[in-house]
Amino acid sequence: MTSAIRTRELTKDYHVGFWRPRPYRALDRLSIDVAPGDVFGFLGPNGAGKTTTLKLLMQLVFPTSGEAEILGRPAGDVGVRRRIGYLPENPYFYDHLTAEELLGYYGQLFGMPPAERRRRISATLDRLGVFAERRLALRKFSKGMLQRVGLAQAVLNDPEVLFLDEPMSGLDPLGRRDVRALMLEMRDQGRTIFFSSHILSDAEALCSQVAIVASGRLAAAGRLTDLQEFAVKGWELVMAGVPPASLERLRARAVRVHTIADDHYVIELPPDGAPEELLRELAGAGAKLISLNPLRETLEDVFVRRVAEVGEGARPSTGLPSTELRAGGAGGGRP
Amino acid sequence: MNAARCVAVAVFRESVRDRVFYNLVIFALLLVGASILIGQLTAGQDVKIIKDLGLAATSLFGLFIAIFVGINLVSKEVERRSVYPLLAKPIRRSEFIAGKYAGLLLTLLVNTAVMTIAIYAVLFFLSRGVPERIQHAWEAPAMDPALLKAIALIYLDLAVVTAVALFFSTYSSPMLSAAFTLGVYVVGQFNADLKRFDQIVDSPPAIFIAKACYYVLPDFAKFDVKLAVVHGIPVSVAYMLSTTGYAAAYVAALLFGAMVIFSRRDFK
Repeated sequence: MTSAIRTRELTKDYHVGFWRPRPYRALDRLSIDVAPGDVFGFLGPNGAGKTTTLKLLMQLVFPTSGEAEILGRPAGDVGVRRRIGYLPENPYFYDHLTAEELLGYYGQLFGMPPAERRRRISATLDRLGVFAERRLALRKFSKGMLQRVGLAQAVLNDPEVLFLDEPMSGLDPLGRRDVRALMLEMRDQGRTIFFSSHILSDAEALCSQVAIVASGRLAAAGRLTDLQEFAVKGWELVMAGVPPASLERLRARAVRVHTIADDHYVIELPPDGAPEELLRELAGAGAKLISLNPLRETLEDVFVRRVAEVGEGARPSTGLPSTELRAGGAGGGRP
Repeated sequence: MNAARCVAVAVFRESVRDRVFYNLVIFALLLVGASILIGQLTAGQDVKIIKDLGLAATSLFGLFIAIFVGINLVSKEVERRSVYPLLAKPIRRSEFIAGKYAGLLLTLLVNTAVMTIAIYAVLFFLSRGVPERIQHAWEAPAMDPALLKAIALIYLDLAVVTAVALFFSTYSSPMLSAAFTLGVYVVGQFNADLKRFDQIVDSPPAIFIAKACYYVLPDFAKFDVKLAVVHGIPVSVAYMLSTTGYAAAYVAALLFGAMVIFSRRDFK
């Protein structure tokens, strides 16, 4: 199966300095494959190379070496641009146009006939929650509204592959929810979504695959479940009304026990702590279960650790053969 | 070419919304005001002065638009990053440049056409009621169709200036582009002098540089037949055609250069 997005050893050097320009490597030999239908989270701190990667894929900058393909065609192919959508980071459009006119302009570039163009513009703006404002000049738009217009232009042509650079940036909680809903809707329609973010909760809620970049290099990649090391690292029980005798026995088995309220206890068990057995025992002694949670490393932890590893120059241990990610292959699926 | 047409229409629309055509109001006021003021002068002189003033103003106002809109055509889009979503659409970078150029050319066409109508209108009112025999004594008739030749060459001059501005704006900032374009325009006015530089100066390097400038820079003086037309000196069709060819060659070369530079540019 052809990858929706494929890069091989993609590298970009910028030259910094006026009198004696020195090369600065913004992206270092990035190789990724994104399967059709995947929601791919491209994560990393600011300045990691996320935007550079997206610009390379849109051919807004040209690679120093390596190659990039979208839908089996070289990045920058005019034909393939009919089938993709792109939202730049902090998008900016034309002050003098209204949202409707902007989408009209872009719709014409896609060669949409007038009637279809009008229908699509109206439906897309409705979908993104741009209602009465659509007839206002864009210079009067707030950052959040501009982001919505940006998303509208990105999905106007009903793209097969959607590239979003920090789509949640500048949005309030309602806006974030709408964007998340839009992305899920696109995913359900079988579209491929490639989005960059430094907000990890977005990736946790949406992505089937993620890649983490730091200092221009791929630091980790894989299915979210693999990366998060979903293997349970322990259990956390919150119980109420534990009798003192049971509590003593508990302390011997638990990693930690601490009181949070009068007779409420947080009990941390090791991964092999068999919480079912303990629960039965405590219930028999008259204690009441408030909550039971598995303890896992969060994406945040993975993120910080991988970034630190790359920063120290250590070879990242991705659990993959090289810094290459094969997404959506055998056994691939959504978490 | 559909993509280039879309860009051209967008440029024209932006010109309208940016009130570029407000200059027409000033132009009209200038002409009408001047005609009232000089209406007191000897019959015949006022017609000549209006022609002079009208053609000079058409050229000057057009020049302002060509330079100050021209330098922003590309650089503003790059600076404000509106070019990012645009170039991710099915459009080649060369079509983007062609569209930008065509859009400003259309703006200038409308501007020049309205100014032409205004000049003829003022000339019509000034010559109204002047006896036939007096009109016969004039160097050129008031409603002289030859004025159109001068205006056509002004338009070609503006087309070349726009191409120069667009060329610079594909790789430098608006301020620098404006300075470069104005520089080229001013030096281009004295292009003929550069050719004769060896008659004034002895230094071979200076002569070489002057000759090089003569061959590289457009000769803007070629487009100026205002004086001849006002004084009724005929401008031949052959001259019109050769000057048109000259402008077309310059515009083609500059646009090609702009397209090549822009097509390779990284948008950091």
